[in-house]
Amino acid sequence: MTTLLARLRNVVGALMLIAAAMSWQPAAAQQPSSVDPNASAVSEEQLLQQMHTIRGLGSIPDVKSYTLEQPQGQEWRHYHEVTLRWIGAIVILGVLALLVVYYVTHGKMRIEGGRSGRKILRFTAYERSVHWMMAACFVILGLSGLNITFGRALLLPLMSPEAYTALSEWAKYAHNFLSFPFTVGLVLMFFMWAVQNLPAKKVDIEWLKRGGGMFGKKGDHPPAGKFNAGEKILFWSICLAGGAIAVSGYLLIFPFYGTDVHNMQWAEVVHSIFAVCFIAAMLAHIYLGTIGMEGAFESMGEGTVDVNWAKEHHSLWLEEERSRTAPSSPSPRQRPATSGD
Amino acid sequence: MARMKFLCDADRCIECNACTTACKNENEVPWGINRRRVITLNDGKPGERSVSMACMHCTDAPCQAVCPVNAFYTTADAVVLHSKDICIGCGYCFYACPFGAPQYPRVGNFGTRGKMDKCTFCAGGPEPNNTPAQYEKYGADRLAEGKLPLCAEMCSTKALLAGDGDVIAQIYKERVVKRGYGSGAWGWKTAYRETITS
Repeated sequence: MTTLLARLRNVVGALMLIAAAMSWQPAAAQQPSSVDPNASAVSEEQLLQQMHTIRGLGSIPDVKSYTLEQPQGQEWRHYHEVTLRWIGAIVILGVLALLVVYYVTHGKMRIEGGRSGRKILRFTAYERSVHWMMAACFVILGLSGLNITFGRALLLPLMSPEAYTALSEWAKYAHNFLSFPFTVGLVLMFFMWAVQNLPAKKVDIEWLKRGGGMFGKKGDHPPAGKFNAGEKILFWSICLAGGAIAVSGYLLIFPFYGTDVHNMQWAEVVHSIFAVCFIAAMLAHIYLGTIGMEGAFESMGEGTVDVNWAKEHHSLWLEEERSRTAPSSPSPRQRPATSGD
Repeated sequence: MARMKFLCDADRCIECNACTTACKNENEVPWGINRRRVITLNDGKPGERSVSMACMHCTDAPCQAVCPVNAFYTTADAVVLHSKDICIGCGYCFYACPFGAPQYPRVGNFGTRGKMDKCTFCAGGPEPNNTPAQYEKYGADRLAEGKLPLCAEMCSTKALLAGDGDVIAQIYKERVVKRGYGSGAWGWKTAYRETITS
């Protein structure tokens, strides 16, 4: 009896095994279906969504070539071709237009008391040298920079492609080389004038409230120190913009020294935005220093200014200078006629 | 007229770099310049995938748009070429290119770039076709001889296809249908604003 049961068990067990074996056929054997060997691989769409840049591994030393696709290049293209051109045109042409309007309505600011004929030193030779080094570099840097953005649209139609390339190539070299003296000048200027451009709250706010004498009651001359609030704003703007432009510029001039293509795109964005704003600010500065104001240019051109000009525009500075340089102005004690001990 | 395109079948590329070698040889590309390269994603892991990449000769090429000296031009075959005489080496085309195609020799001070070099679809440059002057600057002009780029011709698995966009899209579609899978035409959406629906 046990053998019969045992044999029955064996047979059932075997049948079960066979049944299991039969049902355990691979699905592929049933009908032709595709097995995708790359099912676990990534897709382009997926990578772009996740990381916005597709980076892999290459076999050459050029590490930046391992980036397979960076669609941000299209966005940067749009910024440079469209956005920057609009911003640059609006800012620069806008400031130019405002200057023209101001000059036509207000005219040149005159020394109301007339020239006294007496002069006082305002800027030393050192200050003037630094300023003019920066100014000369700035003009060429600005023009060569504008050439990159606007040259193709404005200059190329006026000359042959070869001539325009020669011009642009030399503009590029000038831009790259003059960036060094400009940065040196910027640093020197900072140390030279930073202390004198620190805000003097009461005086500066008063000066600003009265529109600096430019926008307000006619003939108003709010007091100011060596630098008025407007000049102080300009100074710190130059330090900020110049610094940003210098840092981003050096990243651009030493490409891919620790930066990747996205860093470079951002460096160019920062560089160009600050640069066009800087150019606009300098147009206003140059206007004021040349045709906008009688007696202004000589301060930087020769270093000395007329005393009446100083009285009207920098009265506090004039007082300080006078008390500093002439503490021994004729006083009873020192008059030779009085016999002293 | 044919609209030339590249298509790298990422499911077939075995990272043999025959395309890279063929390009360097055919065009006498100098050291340090790599017109075509093979990039491997997920190297060593399951789902490793390799793609061969050079200039895609985009529709509305961003390099052409940003060039400050207008050094680029598009031929009748939609191949994007440039003139090394006009190029000033400013580097903007590299910032704009989604595929990193432009290469620059380091010839100047600081990181100053020399004239840009890139894949020309083996179509040379603005110099007269198949002259030594053209070859020296831009490499081979196979298109003028009625041939296709050597990278695609030398591809060991025919992963890299080059030629008329419609023709190679058709080839790729047939492949995908036959084998049942396909990861798509890498770079087509960015370069040509179209995908291959298989």
